[in-house]
Amino acid sequence: MNLYRSTVLVCGGTGCTSSGSHNILERFETLIQENGLENEVMVVRTGCFGLCEAGPVVLVYPEGSFYSHVKVEDVDEIVSEHLIKGRIVTRLLQKGSIDESGAVKALDDVDFYQKQRRLALRNCGVIDPENIDEYIAFDGYKALYKVLNEMTREEVIDTIKKSGLRGRGGAGFPTGMKWQFAYNYDNDKKYVCCNADEGDPGAFMDRSVLEGDPHVVLEAMAIAAYAIGSDEGYIYVRAEYPIAVKRLQIAIEQARAYGLLGEGIFGTNFNFNVHIRLGAGAFVCGEETALMASIEGLRGEPRPRPPFPAEKGLFQKPTILNNVETYANVPQIILNGWEWFSSIGTERSKGTKVFALGGKINNTGLVEVPMGTTLREIIYDIGGGCPNGKKFKAVQTGGPSGGCLPANLLDTPVDYDNLIAAGSMMGSGGMIVMDEDNCMVDIARFFLDFTVDESCGKCTPCRIGMRRMLEILNRICEGKGKDGDIEKLETLAQNIKNTALCGLGQTAPNPVLSTLRFFRDEYEAHIYEKRCPAGVCHKLLSYTIDPAKCKGCTACARVCPAGAISGSVKEPHVIDKEKCLKCGACIEKCKFGAISKK
Amino acid sequence: MHEQEKLNRLDAAIQANKGQKGAVMVTLQEAQDIFGYVPKDIQIRIAEGLGVTLSEVYGVATFYAQFALQPRGEHVIGVCLGTACYVKGSKNILDKLIEELGVPAGSTTPDAKFTLKDTRCLGACGLAPVMMIDDDVYGRLTPADIPGILAKYR
Repeated sequence: MNLYRSTVLVCGGTGCTSSGSHNILERFETLIQENGLENEVMVVRTGCFGLCEAGPVVLVYPEGSFYSHVKVEDVDEIVSEHLIKGRIVTRLLQKGSIDESGAVKALDDVDFYQKQRRLALRNCGVIDPENIDEYIAFDGYKALYKVLNEMTREEVIDTIKKSGLRGRGGAGFPTGMKWQFAYNYDNDKKYVCCNADEGDPGAFMDRSVLEGDPHVVLEAMAIAAYAIGSDEGYIYVRAEYPIAVKRLQIAIEQARAYGLLGEGIFGTNFNFNVHIRLGAGAFVCGEETALMASIEGLRGEPRPRPPFPAEKGLFQKPTILNNVETYANVPQIILNGWEWFSSIGTERSKGTKVFALGGKINNTGLVEVPMGTTLREIIYDIGGGCPNGKKFKAVQTGGPSGGCLPANLLDTPVDYDNLIAAGSMMGSGGMIVMDEDNCMVDIARFFLDFTVDESCGKCTPCRIGMRRMLEILNRICEGKGKDGDIEKLETLAQNIKNTALCGLGQTAPNPVLSTLRFFRDEYEAHIYEKRCPAGVCHKLLSYTIDPAKCKGCTACARVCPAGAISGSVKEPHVIDKEKCLKCGACIEKCKFGAISKK
Repeated sequence: MHEQEKLNRLDAAIQANKGQKGAVMVTLQEAQDIFGYVPKDIQIRIAEGLGVTLSEVYGVATFYAQFALQPRGEHVIGVCLGTACYVKGSKNILDKLIEELGVPAGSTTPDAKFTLKDTRCLGACGLAPVMMIDDDVYGRLTPADIPGILAKYR
């Protein structure tokens, strides 16, 4: 095996690929060849590093130099300075990665990573996801070897139970219990499924695991299959994730070639095969019974439970379904023991959780922290707070099933139970930050718009009830809110929560309930004062021209489609509020910042 | 690819999937790849080929957002309306595109040049607000960027 003096890791996650990291990779390869460094420097395309905000990112070892916002032109400098002359290109380093003495900090000491603990993401951004040897070099498939040769099926289930691992996909059901149930049902055929239908808007941790470390999912599924007595698995992955699908396919082929999937794995009599099924764009397919219907090639509609999938799941056979991030924890629990895993986190939520930080936050990206880390630590210490000096207003967790939490709850330690007590939920781990410029009524309307669109239509509360709620919210945002609307929303929300068929419908009113709980004043301002405090809802805005700033250039008057702006050349202009359509065309044209909307 | 060649590929896919578990969806996905959309005559061909009812094929084709029943434009524009993009103003990007193209979201321009769609989260939240034109990703957009980007495809 060749030993290299330097390793260049180029992020090949979706965020960095979107901003052109593949061109950077190619440029490195070309220059390294031109300079005859092929045997000295290894270039690896890895999965996501997490700090998407800084993308495209490049990491050079052994120094651990973390280059951010790299452009193709910068590659020449990194090669000639860093790789040939050994001088770190400080101008390209991520900000905060040089300490007071001028020395370059290790990656783990950079603010963004300091409070993180990467278990599920441990190989993402470290190994080449398309090379099984790199996974194996990082203890890959060792846990599978251990369970097949040293553990009984019961011991495996017991270990997962005792570890306290709970489902990372949303509801937080104890994983070991799920396995135990499927184990208990005797059948000639059982299935192991992986839910990679990450539909929660703003959450992309499952995608990053699949893109950065696909083998961990295959290994964990094989372990689960051994435990419950299954020999066949399905991974249900979104068709919108082409890179993840491709890397999974490569991983499956490589694992088959090495005998780590297929017949007689590790020389035992254990067989396991995995198929990939592509989702076709339906949020409800994240629900377990809907997902199984979709794998069966049917409309992805949920069905009532019981029977639970552990008894009658895919093709009417006992089935377990776990999410990608849940699986990503399994091999390490087997290798390090349940005691190790359960020592991390809070009393009832063990281990770590990956969050996708997004929205109005400086360090957008994926972060993995021990359960019990506070929202404030995640948003400020890791995320760097809101950009442009704007004031934090709320953080949305749990996606369309979750809620918005205000500033006074920022010290809540994040775990499954605390988030539910605070009126939100863990969900799959989306964490969207909102600042003073976001209208909370509009955000609630946005989520309802989403769930109405994604409702499968099978049960009445969700199909019709949600639509009624959306109509009321649309009305409120258009300035046509009426006294009694808030109460009507609350009644509908409670009824839908109590009566909808599946998790989608039962949780769909949450964004409305949580914003009503914490931001009721904004609803009241919309309804009673016909005012949008954040300045978002168009119909409620009033446009005015500041006479002190207006130069009378007439640009606004010429662009106004309603002829609502009048004034002479070089004189301040005025907007006729009766005629104004509130289209905003004038603001875009004004070069002097004289027009404001309130 | 000629029409007959496409039909041959579809028939091959039907034969390969016939009798398999979950055949309807997999075959529809292959048909969508071959034709770009799945019109009624293709659905009938799949139903007859697989030996299932047309209502089953139609039910699946209309349930999932991925399947298009109408032909798409030469370029498909998808504006991300995921939460991260939404709070960073992707609605304004979509409104600007609607204004520039003169068609509502979910439809195709009369010259069949562009299909405009609002999409679910594209998972590139670090670049929000984001849109995709075919396979190209455009991030950190403002409404003012739109005319210049569209000009490249006109």
